[in-house]
Amino acid sequence: MNPIVEFKNVSKAFVGRNGGVQKVLDSVSFTIAPGCTTVIAGGSGQGKSVTLKLMLRLLQPDEGVITVDGQDINSIGSKKLADVRTKFGVLFQGAALFDSMPVYDNVALPLRERTKMTEQEIRAQVSETLEKLELLGHEEKFPAQLSGGMQKRVGLARALQLKPEIMLFDEPTTGLDPVMTDEIYRLFARTQKNIGYASVIVSHDIPKVFNLADQVIVLDGGKIDVFANPEEIQWSEKKHIQEFVRTTMGEIYQSCNTEGR
Amino acid sequence: MFIVSGESWGRIIFTMAFKALQTLGDSTIYTVRDLGRMAVFLYHGLVGVFKRPFRGYELLRQIKFIGAGSLVVIFCVSASTGMVLGLQGYYSLHKFGAEGTLGSVVSLTLIMELGPVLTALMVAGRAGSAMCAELGIMRISEQIDALECMAVDPFRFLISPKFLAAVFVVPLLTALFDVIGIFGGYIAGVKLMGVSSGSYLQGMMSSVTNHDLQLGFVKSVVFGLLLVWICTGRGYFVREIRGAGFGAESVSRVTTQAVVMTSIAVLVFDYLITAVML
Repeated sequence: MNPIVEFKNVSKAFVGRNGGVQKVLDSVSFTIAPGCTTVIAGGSGQGKSVTLKLMLRLLQPDEGVITVDGQDINSIGSKKLADVRTKFGVLFQGAALFDSMPVYDNVALPLRERTKMTEQEIRAQVSETLEKLELLGHEEKFPAQLSGGMQKRVGLARALQLKPEIMLFDEPTTGLDPVMTDEIYRLFARTQKNIGYASVIVSHDIPKVFNLADQVIVLDGGKIDVFANPEEIQWSEKKHIQEFVRTTMGEIYQSCNTEGR
Repeated sequence: MFIVSGESWGRIIFTMAFKALQTLGDSTIYTVRDLGRMAVFLYHGLVGVFKRPFRGYELLRQIKFIGAGSLVVIFCVSASTGMVLGLQGYYSLHKFGAEGTLGSVVSLTLIMELGPVLTALMVAGRAGSAMCAELGIMRISEQIDALECMAVDPFRFLISPKFLAAVFVVPLLTALFDVIGIFGGYIAGVKLMGVSSGSYLQGMMSSVTNHDLQLGFVKSVVFGLLLVWICTGRGYFVREIRGAGFGAESVSRVTTQAVVMTSIAVLVFDYLITAVML
């Protein structure tokens, strides 16, 4: 199966405000297959969110090639880029809802801007999505009047409107309590099953997202430290992977790992 | 006690000179990059006006915000400016027995100079600062990134309606400023100081030409564009501005910077336009 997203030797460095250069990604390569869930993990400042922004060409790489559906996204014009971007749905860390618009307008915005649907068709689709995400009755509320979990759900509803082929989740459960976190991940699994999109989840919360993942990428020092599926990681005999499992998954997986061998 | 040898002094002076040169170079590169960024921003903002779908509702919202929202402040400033001009003008002209030219002095000063400049400064302080803060917050809370991810052009969606509204509204506010100011001058000069009503109005009508009105109009259009360009541009690039800091602090600093830069730009362009058109 052809990958939907491919990174080939991608590097990215930033010049700080003090003039210093920080290399965030150093010749990173990986692929994402259609319908698969990829978890990108790593400590703060290891380039997880930068990887997502590079995928959307919100940032440009210093070196390397990024392809989406076989197209090099850094060598295409603005019209083709717009078409590429409509393949993506993005749920930002803080949901990134438009403060001045009520929930309904936030969710309807991609349809109004990117399709030729009538207002009636838009209303039907938005209502259907809001119902699925248990947001009916909150259409007229503004983002500031919603809880963090509800804001994330509205963000998800908005991201799903253009029926994306790839969903990007940037720290989707930051700031949520454990109950809400579980609910959000259940929602991801459910919507992915219904729509069949590939998803990329950037998260610190490895134990929670590990069960959803088809492959896990761990970034460390600008390089890919681990790139494997969860089973390979769980039963790996490589010391640094065992260390990763022990520090991120806790003692449960560590004991399973030991017993398994 | 420290004794510094001649060789060490040389090294210290060389290091200081090198650092000064490095700072100068950094500042120059930053300034050129910033100007380039702002020029590209202006281009996209202007091109966005012609892109479809046209955001008519947002345009009306901005006209209301920049125009109707500034009416009170424009009324207060123009009335007081006109009255002060009337009193000061009377005081000065009375010395030469030329009170009859008060209408001409007040109207020409307001139409060619004070009307466009003070209107732009008031709108920059009230609406420009708000536009800058709004875009800065949208940038740091990833709302602009979200628009780009949805393949929605942020210039057409956010910036261009503000450009269009300001170019339309600032000349109207300036005209209102001129009218209220002239009326304020009339109250002070004619009603309070006893200048003849006929000479005030006649002086005004005989001295103000079409060219003077055009000068005021051109200034108000340019100032409207300048204030929206600088204020929205600073907010849009809040992350790129050196020394702005991060988060809410960066928005507050950049907003202050935007208003100061707009005020300076308005005064500089005021001179340039006057020099070219007069």
